[in-house]
Amino acid sequence: MKFTRRATTSAVAVASLLAVCAGSVSSAAAKSGSAGATVTINVASLRPGSSDEAKKQFNDNVALFEKQHPNIDVKPVEYAWNGATFAAQLAAGRLPTVFTVPFTDARTLGEHRQVADITAGVKKWAYFKKFQKTIIAEATTSKGRIIGVPYAAYAQALHYNRALFRQAGLDPNKPPTTWAQLRKYAKQISDRTGATGYAQMGLNDNTAGWIATTVTYTLGGRMEKGRGTSATATLNNPNTVQALNLLRQMRWNDKSMGSTFDYTWPTINQAFAAGKIGMFINGSDIYTFLVQAANLDPNIYAIAPLPLAKNKNAGVLGGGSIAVVRPDTKGAKLDAALKWIDFFYMEKLIKKPAALRDAKILVANKQPVGVPAFPIFNKRQYDVANSWIKPYINVPINQMAPFLRGIFKQNLYPEPAASTQSVYHALDPVVQAVFADRNANIPGLLAQANDVAQKAIREGN
Amino acid sequence: MRVTRLPGPRKVSSANVTARDPALDNLDVIAGESATASEPVAVVGSALAKPRRRDRGSPLEWVRGGGLTALAFALPMLVIFTAFSWYPITRLVVLSFQQTNLIDPPTWVGLQNFREVISDPLFATAVKNTAYFAGLALLFGYPIPLIAAVLISESRRFRGIYSALAYLPVVIPPVVGVMLWKYVFYEPSSVGLFNTILGWFHLGPYGWLQSPGTAMPALVVESTWANAGATVIIYLAALTAVDTDLYDAASVDGAGLWHKVWHITLPQLRGVLLVTLILQIIGTAQVFLEPFLFTSGGPANATLTVLLLVYQYAFGNSIGVGFGDAAALSLMLAAFLAVFSVVFMRVTRSWSTR
Repeated sequence: MKFTRRATTSAVAVASLLAVCAGSVSSAAAKSGSAGATVTINVASLRPGSSDEAKKQFNDNVALFEKQHPNIDVKPVEYAWNGATFAAQLAAGRLPTVFTVPFTDARTLGEHRQVADITAGVKKWAYFKKFQKTIIAEATTSKGRIIGVPYAAYAQALHYNRALFRQAGLDPNKPPTTWAQLRKYAKQISDRTGATGYAQMGLNDNTAGWIATTVTYTLGGRMEKGRGTSATATLNNPNTVQALNLLRQMRWNDKSMGSTFDYTWPTINQAFAAGKIGMFINGSDIYTFLVQAANLDPNIYAIAPLPLAKNKNAGVLGGGSIAVVRPDTKGAKLDAALKWIDFFYMEKLIKKPAALRDAKILVANKQPVGVPAFPIFNKRQYDVANSWIKPYINVPINQMAPFLRGIFKQNLYPEPAASTQSVYHALDPVVQAVFADRNANIPGLLAQANDVAQKAIREGN
Repeated sequence: MRVTRLPGPRKVSSANVTARDPALDNLDVIAGESATASEPVAVVGSALAKPRRRDRGSPLEWVRGGGLTALAFALPMLVIFTAFSWYPITRLVVLSFQQTNLIDPPTWVGLQNFREVISDPLFATAVKNTAYFAGLALLFGYPIPLIAAVLISESRRFRGIYSALAYLPVVIPPVVGVMLWKYVFYEPSSVGLFNTILGWFHLGPYGWLQSPGTAMPALVVESTWANAGATVIIYLAALTAVDTDLYDAASVDGAGLWHKVWHITLPQLRGVLLVTLILQIIGTAQVFLEPFLFTSGGPANATLTVLLLVYQYAFGNSIGVGFGDAAALSLMLAAFLAVFSVVFMRVTRSWSTR
């Protein structure tokens, strides 16, 4: 789940809404080329501002693909997922043929038919049946249609600062394994080092609700039952209350959470990389961001699985990325798009030469190889693929050992299926109320939030 | 305004009646500048009005009378306003009665979008918050530029420097201004500028933007800082138009600074004051930048404004699907402001023109 889209545009407001609408709704269907004719597809490449080496490596991939498929012409387009940009591109008919979205948004886009239905195409793939059930569920609508190909997954995890652990008299190789322990460690770090013991995202941009949901999952709670617009919101379950009470105790009784309570995805990462935070929750794959965009000193970094309550429903919230196809793609163009997805995103997970090629590209660009992820297919396949690239691993794998050891003993659960972002958004103000008011009426606020979420689910928002 | 206590000001007020009111000229200038949207309407109106006047002959005569030239001059504005203003506005109105996913043809849903918005519990919150912001901005933001302008105009020597300083925040890009306040002034830890100062007195540190009670006032303070300069310049311009003979006459009659301000400056400026008032109310009713960048509407929806809610409907959670709701809410806000402006102008007309 990436939240860059909230913080980009500034003065959008009515004016841009009008501008978007002015672009008029496009429904021009791309005519499929006849057999033998060249098909052109635009594919999402790298984020704007990526290095020249990264672009070169991407273009090498394109050249190789075009050599294998002489009648497909691939045009790379710079791309980063952003909700407001997506709406404008969708309305104007200017989306790339293939692009990527986070798990969080994929299903909602699918339910609204804003990405192509690729069920028929992907079911022909030999490895289609090997997808983890929870992973492919992220790309499946309530009517059972497949609307994308999940290619990367992560589990929510606890990231902690080894230096602060040591300074506080804690063993950096022994992360907390229960919430009570985590609370105690947070207080110890806060008391002895003056740094923030534990921080949690709290901005009103769905991140506050996202992490509150993560903690609730570890205690055994869920945010909804059922699928689609008939799902029932269950935000006010006892485990959410418990999760928020825990937060309240750390914030107000222990005072172990520092003074910043409006962290969001990038800012909490940056504060952690700057050594201000002892422990925090985020996806297991953020190491790449920490190194590339937040100047992390790798020596202070460690990652552990989240503490789980002794409860059969307790589990870890997962997330990831999905490759999707623009909604009006048909015929030969759709075939070409799927071939590209297979080649660029999937092959490296299942074929050794492709895996090696990918690892070499990453190392050449000084990109991390071996960042903890979660298997898209089964665990065995994941281990095999990792063994291929072992010589190229350049991340501090020993400091990641607690996570790598523990994560596969945990159950990974998908995000709330219906109106995911709206459910998180309904929870945001409750988390903020707990941060702002030590006497916040948690069950009352959750009941209100539940009504808001239920309304969004019913209206399909 | 009745002035009976002092002999001096009575004279002043009589001078006030006889003097041609320069503030009114200013009013026209400002109104013309600020309401550019209405300008081309007037142009079009005059260009097209002629052929409609059947009493004065045929289209041929209209052409001979220079109608084509007028139309040619109006054309660029016509095209630009049609493409970027009137057409989108029409689309907005249409969209507010539709449901769309930006792919399939939109479906007509009647008043459903309006019902959904009104039944949204956040709607009332947003309206209340916006009114609160506007009220606070009126309290802080309305008198400050006026006081500043009067003081600056009193200073003969440093007038240029003072007005440049007052205008400086306006020159800073709005987003940069917000970031400056957010990460330097309002920084919640003890290293924040305000918290450092309060720390000298053993107070704080306070999380200015993180408590529902202080978040909105914090936004208004920054907004006032950022916008006051522009209004100061308007007042300074208006003040130069006040006939200095009036002040001299008042001085001869023994009036102090306060009496001069109260009995000369304010009455002379009242036309401008009314225009800046309505412009400020319209501006603050559409506040977006500050809550969007400072707090995203938090904490606990304490700074969620109407326009931020529009944005969230459109781009927040389900992309494109909420455009109908966003359009409906935008339309309601626009309609409210239009009605409000008309009523305001009617009510204050007699006062502003006497």
